[in-house]
Amino acid sequence: MEVEQHYLYSKEHEWVSIEDGSIAVIGITDYAQDALGDITYVELPSEGDEVEQFGDFASVESVKAASDIFCPMSGKVVAVNNDLESNPGLINKSCYDKGWIAKIEIADLEEKNNLMTAEEYESFLESLGE
Amino acid sequence: MLTTQSLQRTPLYEEHLALGARMVPFGGWEMPVQYEGILAEHKHTREAVTVFDTCHMGEFTIHGEPGKVGLDRLVTMNLQTMPYKTCRYGFLLNEKGGVMDDLIVFRIDEEKWFIVVNGATTLKDADHFRRHLKEKEAFEDISAKTGKIDIQGPLARNILKSLVDGIEKLDYYTFDFFDLLGENVLISRTGYTGELGYEIFYPWQKIKELWRVLLENGKVKPAGLGARDMLRLEVGYCLYGHELDEHISPLEAGLEKFIDFEKDFIGKKALLEQKKQEIPHRLIGVASASRRAPRLGQKIYSLDGKEIGSITSGSFSPMVGIGVGLGFVKIEAAAKGTAILFGNEKLKSEGEITSRIFYRNGSLKN
Repeated sequence: MEVEQHYLYSKEHEWVSIEDGSIAVIGITDYAQDALGDITYVELPSEGDEVEQFGDFASVESVKAASDIFCPMSGKVVAVNNDLESNPGLINKSCYDKGWIAKIEIADLEEKNNLMTAEEYESFLESLGE
Repeated sequence: MLTTQSLQRTPLYEEHLALGARMVPFGGWEMPVQYEGILAEHKHTREAVTVFDTCHMGEFTIHGEPGKVGLDRLVTMNLQTMPYKTCRYGFLLNEKGGVMDDLIVFRIDEEKWFIVVNGATTLKDADHFRRHLKEKEAFEDISAKTGKIDIQGPLARNILKSLVDGIEKLDYYTFDFFDLLGENVLISRTGYTGELGYEIFYPWQKIKELWRVLLENGKVKPAGLGARDMLRLEVGYCLYGHELDEHISPLEAGLEKFIDFEKDFIGKKALLEQKKQEIPHRLIGVASASRRAPRLGQKIYSLDGKEIGSITSGSFSPMVGIGVGLGFVKIEAAAKGTAILFGNEKLKSEGEITSRIFYRNGSLKN
């Protein structure tokens, strides 16, 4: 499973990339997209939504299952990836880049201490038997 | 739930692993759910040709006049009017009119019959046949020595033509015996995808060679249970255990045309009773208003939030571009075009009651 080196990770297999210390780009990991299989629908949050760390945020459906996505950091949604509405498979093809889900304005940067580094996430995946 | 150790494996198990398949438990068998991906395998079946391992399915032979040996009373279809070398779909019912299995009967000649049943129900069905046939020795369960590969898709005939002399002559729902890689085997023009296709019954011990030869052709790809379920759902075929089971009557499932009420059969009395009263539930199609798919176990609600039924199968449909599903709803709410909601108490999505058939442009009868 691919893990992007400079991102942060949640136990629910979401990733965060922090831009300029204030914006968090959020998506799901290679492990998550692989476990879900072909993704067929993404329910995006709305711009302006206030979200809490590890709270409900978005959902994805695949050919196998429906799955909730939790927001890895608190903040306000400032952008969503509308390309996913017509092309949800972008998450399968490019989960760390073109398949991003939303950007939030970070409310509390300290919350990143509740997330895993790439190295920690890799060990976490190993502990799951991957 | 069965543990991994007790799951049965088909003779193609090692082939699936070598092809990178993801294996899952299915009706007591360890089966490939996908190889490269469900959407890709679905697309390849609709546009080209795929092969499915269906060795888990059960096969029986019955020798004798159907009335005399007791076969006629066990299945719902009219056997007397079947020409030789044709297939007919129908049901095995219990006394209450519930569906013990859906099956296909093949008439080989005057007194030779071949029956194909679901994998998960093979032992139960065999037991039912042995218990109810008047002549037990007429029956044989040949599942353990009979493998099966389904080849499905618009190119299926072209691919088989190079391996099987005379395959072009088979019409939809007919079969014959053909030479294939040195074996004389039964091949039928049947399937579960809505595409042109064949089911090849091949000796269990030798079927690995057939699988390899079919896949040597670069146009042929393997497809798993995930694609199979999506394909059958798009064309509105029922899946045993979902739309059909021992507590569902074929009348509720809207499958009366596969029942011959002119003859006597187990479950007929119960079905006639049901016909006298109004049937309370009916199998319907659900078209989602978006790509979000109905899911097994979700409820169906009227627009004012009243629960009117439940979903038995659902998936995203690549051919329609929306989520589609099958489910049972109360008869008074079952009219096509009715706006409904599907989901659970927490989250409901918009949809509409439709025909059970979502996709009609397959190559099935080409």
